[in-house]
Amino acid sequence: MSNPTEDIEIRLLLEGIFRRYHYDFRGYSMASVKRRLAQARERFGCSTYSRLQDLVLHDAAAFTSLLSFLTVQVSELFRDPAYFRALRELVIPHLKTYPSIKVWVAGCSAGEELYSLAILFREEGIEDRAMFYGTDINPEALQKAEAGVYELDRIPQFTRNHQLSGGKSSLAEYYTAGYGAAIIDKSLRKRAVFSDHSLVADSVFGEMQLISCRNVLIYFDRELQDRAIGLFKDSLVRKGFLGLGAKESLRFSQHADAFAEFSREERIYQKRGAV
Amino acid sequence: MSESEIIQSGERKMSIRAVVIGTSAGAVDALLRILPKLPESFVPPVIVVVHLPADRRSVMVELFEARCRIAVREVEDKEPLVPGTIYFAPPDYHVLVEADGRLSLSSEEPVHYSRPSIDVLFESAADVFCPSLVGVVLTGANMDGATGLRMIQRGGGAVVVQRPDSAYASTMPQAALDACPGALSLTLDQIADYLCELTMVR
Repeated sequence: MSNPTEDIEIRLLLEGIFRRYHYDFRGYSMASVKRRLAQARERFGCSTYSRLQDLVLHDAAAFTSLLSFLTVQVSELFRDPAYFRALRELVIPHLKTYPSIKVWVAGCSAGEELYSLAILFREEGIEDRAMFYGTDINPEALQKAEAGVYELDRIPQFTRNHQLSGGKSSLAEYYTAGYGAAIIDKSLRKRAVFSDHSLVADSVFGEMQLISCRNVLIYFDRELQDRAIGLFKDSLVRKGFLGLGAKESLRFSQHADAFAEFSREERIYQKRGAV
Repeated sequence: MSESEIIQSGERKMSIRAVVIGTSAGAVDALLRILPKLPESFVPPVIVVVHLPADRRSVMVELFEARCRIAVREVEDKEPLVPGTIYFAPPDYHVLVEADGRLSLSSEEPVHYSRPSIDVLFESAADVFCPSLVGVVLTGANMDGATGLRMIQRGGGAVVVQRPDSAYASTMPQAALDACPGALSLTLDQIADYLCELTMVR
């Protein structure tokens, strides 16, 4: 019983956002977009999506705040510790054979996952060979990621995750606390590059040994998922690794054949050699 | 149920496209009284949200697979709904129904401190399947599910709530009843019978 008028309005709003601001949400999973737009509409006090469209098309600042409704920013340091344990135990031994290592965190949000990888690499003694590229479409998130500042009350969770991931050191070595916040150590930030990149619109990104893109594809419809996975395929070196979220897989993708399942449980794939 | 209600629900049964169930505290025992009774011929897919700890693997599939006569799965992103299958929401993800009948996952913020949230599933299922939808709220200790069940009722779907006085935790079913005054209020065994009849009419 979805309301046909509302569905039209939402389509028009997304089309308008694309034309005006070049952010393309038209291929996102609609059920979730509808939910988040409903929240935004309420917050902005607009009685219809047409009114919301009127507002954001004429007011760039309103669009910026709408953007934070449309992009889901949920992450932690070492979120899903078992994933990082699998990287540590299964993937890192392969990465150690490369003289230089490029890592891409696609949809990096506020940088939590990227810094987790940087810490992991340091613990495994390969950080000085690595560069970490974090990309996102949300400029606010990228600024936060670059600053590497997290609320102190998140640290206990981060510390637990880090230990469960098989952490070989104390997380406290990697941040300094002050003024209610934890700041990621400068030496870790030095090897990180954050930039604006859209999996929807932009193209291949370097010759990567590891791409981590977790809980980003769930917000895309299947067509868009396929585009992103194709992008990952073309951005990886032969035998490079792709890590997805705990409930994401390549099962429904046309690019599935280009990858081998490397760790089924932790959703880590390896690009095949001869394709 | 009055006679007219039975006739009404009989008509509706012909076209039920999905069943959604939400439950929290006491969930496993309650679901064990219902899901194993669904016959092999059960047609509509059943999507279940149980509030579970976020940081542990769910054992629901193993637990119910061994006891159910129809297939049991944990939801994977963009999975198509298959008839006669029970889908459990994975821990730490919301489950939503897409217009093309696939399920998608989301890490959006918890609703009623819960991810997965019953409201999130019910609201998106109502959007796609109502009025051909059955929503069921069972035992639980918070208010999740009430708003979603109301959406299903407003969309003309069938709404069923465990009788609060028969529930392990009455808060959730009571909140659902308060939100949906016309809902059928049944015991677990009656709910099992009600769902089984959905298939018998076909």
